[in-house]
Amino acid sequence: MNPLLEIQGLRTVFRSANGDIPAVDGVDLSVPRGKTLGIVGESGCGKSMLSLSVMRLVPRPGRVAAGRVLLDGQNLLDLSEAGMRQVRGGQVAMIFQEPMTSLNPVHPIGLQIMEAMRAHDTKASNKELRERGLAALDRVRIPAAARRFDEFPHQLSGGMRQRVMIAMALACKPKLLIADEPTTALDVTVQAQILDLLRDLQMETGMSIILITHDLGVVAEMADEVAVMYAGRVAERGTASEIFASPQHPYTLGLLGSVPRLDEERAELLAIEGAVPPPFALPKGCRFEPRCPFAIAACRNAPPPLEEVAPGHYAACIRAPVEHSLDLAA
Amino acid sequence: MTTLLEVENLTKHYPVKKGVVLARQVGTVRAVDGVSFRIERGETLAIVGESGCGKSTTARLVLRLIEPTGGTVRFDGQEISGAALRTLRRRVQVVFQDPYASLNPRLRVGDTIAEPMEVHGIGTRESRAARVKELLGLVGLAPFHAQRYPHEFSGGQRQRIGIARALAVQPELIICDEPVSALDVSIQAQVVNLLKDLQRRFGLSYLFIAHDLAVVHHMADRVAVMYLGQIVETAPKRAIFDRPMHPYTRALLSAIPHPDPRRRGMVKPLGGDVPSPMNPPSGCRFHTRCPFVQDRCKAEMPMLRELAPGQQVACHFAEVLPPHEAVAENGMSPVAAQRLALYAAAKARKAAKAA
Repeated sequence: MNPLLEIQGLRTVFRSANGDIPAVDGVDLSVPRGKTLGIVGESGCGKSMLSLSVMRLVPRPGRVAAGRVLLDGQNLLDLSEAGMRQVRGGQVAMIFQEPMTSLNPVHPIGLQIMEAMRAHDTKASNKELRERGLAALDRVRIPAAARRFDEFPHQLSGGMRQRVMIAMALACKPKLLIADEPTTALDVTVQAQILDLLRDLQMETGMSIILITHDLGVVAEMADEVAVMYAGRVAERGTASEIFASPQHPYTLGLLGSVPRLDEERAELLAIEGAVPPPFALPKGCRFEPRCPFAIAACRNAPPPLEEVAPGHYAACIRAPVEHSLDLAA
Repeated sequence: MTTLLEVENLTKHYPVKKGVVLARQVGTVRAVDGVSFRIERGETLAIVGESGCGKSTTARLVLRLIEPTGGTVRFDGQEISGAALRTLRRRVQVVFQDPYASLNPRLRVGDTIAEPMEVHGIGTRESRAARVKELLGLVGLAPFHAQRYPHEFSGGQRQRIGIARALAVQPELIICDEPVSALDVSIQAQVVNLLKDLQRRFGLSYLFIAHDLAVVHHMADRVAVMYLGQIVETAPKRAIFDRPMHPYTRALLSAIPHPDPRRRGMVKPLGGDVPSPMNPPSGCRFHTRCPFVQDRCKAEMPMLRELAPGQQVACHFAEVLPPHEAVAENGMSPVAAQRLALYAAAKARKAAKAA
């Protein structure tokens, strides 16, 4: 089956006095139907800009400079602004990290859900929309939905607000849900509830999900496919089981080593030295080279291509797999 | 081991008022409600819990940044009050969560780090400047960084500056209030390693406030779990993670997603939200969400009881609950573990070459 979403050679840049600064730099990804793609990376790796590029919501002075975003074969970058408005919320919906900033504080939540539905259905009566809004709240397991419907965002807990956002996002039965750090601001028990809900809703509706997160635990729990991003590029991608069982890119290794684990005692965490390079001073070759312990002179020459290291598993590293680079000892 | 900090029955109630001119008290928020714990010299005690459980308020009460409603705090055997506060403030330091908000943007980093020494009248201008250079080295920054301003640093570097400032007056206890939760994963690991290294070198004690149990697992010697202003379980780290006895501790542990797809679907969400601390449930405060709730839990508040050496639990039925399935010790896949070992070796070689 062909994938639902295909991103090809996407490049998003920000204009500056010193020329274009890339935030997303030549990214190829695909999202299978009914599955979840997890995008992992630290702040500044371009994971949020990637999702905003798909939605064509890149803030000025940024713009998508090159590439294609194919949703069911249709290039979203070719659509008119009016056409794109039908896609947003209709076929592709998005939820964000902080539900409080995404909800309007002066309107009851029910009204806001109805507003989202109205944007895609001008014919339905208000009564009909209210019923559908209530059903949407029920579906995201908000208890006493009828009472909650007329409450304001500040009267709800963080977890409830995120449920409202999900209800709103799913109101028009999108094919793709982009969830940008949906549980980062939530407590761990509430995070577990929301992830559980997202998984059930995916099973019910067959939608695809792009899950953007910095938490490797969340990715392991939710994603079928994983893409690890670093400084605007994909460092490694493959199925979740493959990435965790056989990580190839040194950056992926560093991330795995940085996370304390409950099933292991380690005297010291394997931290990655240094920090992510700023997008206006990117290394010419491999962008991870300055922090990489396996780096050799050749890493500085040119950006490494994303190559297939195992079936369906790609890594952008000329030293991968690291155990074959054992001239290290020298 | 000797006890460094002893907190007994610490309480902070905030009145809730209604009306502007004739404000009537209409309720009380029991932010911290009878919390007791002790920290030994050289030990790390972690307080964990979800937002609103009172863990940060507890930290502030220990520091006397806010006045407690009741209870006592003893530091090194001496009760903290008026005159003793000044010495306490030297011997107890704090590192805050937000490295952007906790540094003065108008001060050069060197002046920020020297300020606590100045306040406590330690050293001369020259000796303080030398000490600043030494401190910067200790936290992995360079001497020339003293001349720079906070905005020139990344989040991880700012947290290092915050740690250097805390170390400046040679404290015995450092209260770390979510010191790494605002940082990226790779930077978080650097700062956690730094805190552990400093503890080894200077015999520091930490009161470590956190919500991330994996970080706590790595840092703490003992753990206290808070829920709605009260400690529900306290135990040595091994016991908390291998044999948690309170249903809330168990719920917290089973809610953590592991970085391992082989364990997918084992996360068990706990229903409901934390109730409002203004109107805490009767009896056991956890009874509204507890999967093992009985009638007695709704009526009678459970006290902390010692059920295993060093393990105290506030649950009527802790002994008769079904056993907890601890995280199996399967760790990382062998291939990943081998590559990680290579990474560690290569990193050490690179560091040796640079030195």
